[in-house]
Amino acid sequence: MTRSAGLPRWLYLPATVGAIFVVLPLVAVAVKVDWSQFWSLISSQSSVTALELSLRTAAISTVLCIALGVPMALVLARNDSRWVRWTRPLILLPLVLPPVVGGIALLYAFGRLGLLGRYLDAGGIQIAFTTSAVVLAQTFVSLPFLVIAIEGAARTAGADYDVVAATLGARPTTVWWRVSLPLLAPGLASGAVLAFARSLGEFGATLTFAGSREGVTRTLPLEIYLQRESDADAAVALSLLLVVVAAVVVIGVGSRALKPGGSGGW
Amino acid sequence: MKRTQSIVGVVAAVLLVALTGCGTDSAAPTSSSANAPAGGTLTVYAAASLKQTFTDIGEQFKTDNPGWQVEFTFAGSSDLVTQLTQGAKADVFASADTKNMDKAAKAGLLSGDPVNFASNTLTIVVAPGNPKQVTSFADLNKPGLNVVVCAPQVPCGSATEKVEQATKVTLNPVSEESSVTDVLNKVTTGQADAGLVYVTDAMGAGAKVAKVDFPEAAAAVNTYPIGVLKTAADAAVAKKFVDLVTGEAGQKILSQAGFAKP
Repeated sequence: MTRSAGLPRWLYLPATVGAIFVVLPLVAVAVKVDWSQFWSLISSQSSVTALELSLRTAAISTVLCIALGVPMALVLARNDSRWVRWTRPLILLPLVLPPVVGGIALLYAFGRLGLLGRYLDAGGIQIAFTTSAVVLAQTFVSLPFLVIAIEGAARTAGADYDVVAATLGARPTTVWWRVSLPLLAPGLASGAVLAFARSLGEFGATLTFAGSREGVTRTLPLEIYLQRESDADAAVALSLLLVVVAAVVVIGVGSRALKPGGSGGW
Repeated sequence: MKRTQSIVGVVAAVLLVALTGCGTDSAAPTSSSANAPAGGTLTVYAAASLKQTFTDIGEQFKTDNPGWQVEFTFAGSSDLVTQLTQGAKADVFASADTKNMDKAAKAGLLSGDPVNFASNTLTIVVAPGNPKQVTSFADLNKPGLNVVVCAPQVPCGSATEKVEQATKVTLNPVSEESSVTDVLNKVTTGQADAGLVYVTDAMGAGAKVAKVDFPEAAAAVNTYPIGVLKTAADAAVAKKFVDLVTGEAGQKILSQAGFAKP
């Protein structure tokens, strides 16, 4: 694995250019940070509140994604009916949808005058301008990431073990808990990390759908966007904080899961 | 080895095209030569709230100066100042507040002094027909009313703060948006019951909202300055645009949209 046999040498040039292209802006942020002020900039009350809210909502969204996404992925991977095949691109659509469009769509679905929202509103349930709206927006954009990761893992694992377990007399629910799910664990880990990271960075849908209020709906990306208006230094410092948090999640928790093979090759 | 070189060339060419291609968008082309009598493109950086009026004024400018095109970049005033200080080339800058024009002056971007050309005040917008019966600024604190305002960091938000101080009414908004259009949007989509926006935004929204004016709005008048930039390719033509905005024709367009005199 150390020497990539058979790889033409010229391939390293565009690969290096690509790597620099991705890393350079991050380096630029780190260079731009006013390090003498860094701690006071990121430890201001509004920043800490925003970070807390971001971590909390991203965690809840990830749990929701797992609860809904794993069954979705399994159905997509194992059921070949025409109905399921037609639904698949629709479910994965948020993957390519600009977040603002997602926010507008959510607004007309769950907003006060929305398709479903008007009934919720009549029943006394208000989603707009609450933390639930943030979680909803994050789950909406993150769910396809988790589904696609686990679906890949499920297709790679195949259904052979499940079939064997079933022929040995295990009931479908037992097979699900004892055979299918453990086989999907690596894909699940990488999918969850992706969903968490995507939720943490969610901006457009939250801004359009949830609003922006300290401690309730103003997550870290929204705080950065707002700080940029008045205090560019604070915005840069907070940007770096978000990069670090995301890096800790992806490298720390996810590096094993995100290794090729671990992700189930999607 | 030859193949390696040709591929290196292709990669470099692709990158070059990508970079220069992106570059032309931000640094818009200006007039070809100062000596040419007529013809070229005037680049105007203007506050987002000026989109409608300046587009109309731009049409007028093209009629008055045959051969000239006007290219606008509309965005938040602070975004525009940031872009200009980072080296974006433009001929004219119009800001939605004096604070950002001062920033531009401090950065040495202006040639000459800016001129105030319009002013704008806050107003309350509610759903058409005013179902929640908001009639005064203090009414915004009615229980059960979803009020949306701008965050204090942006111009419309600092104006809101000034009105709060003048009226001694402290609002309890459900959201503090980062732009005035976001506030308006929350009201037009029915998410919020009431919002504080500029008179011009309320008029631009037409029948989608109802406007509730309040006398205390006079406590926070936002002044719009315009100035010629040092990067102007043809300062005389840029000055012509400024004159059009401050002149009779420009002022008529502005007042029709709800702007007041500076």
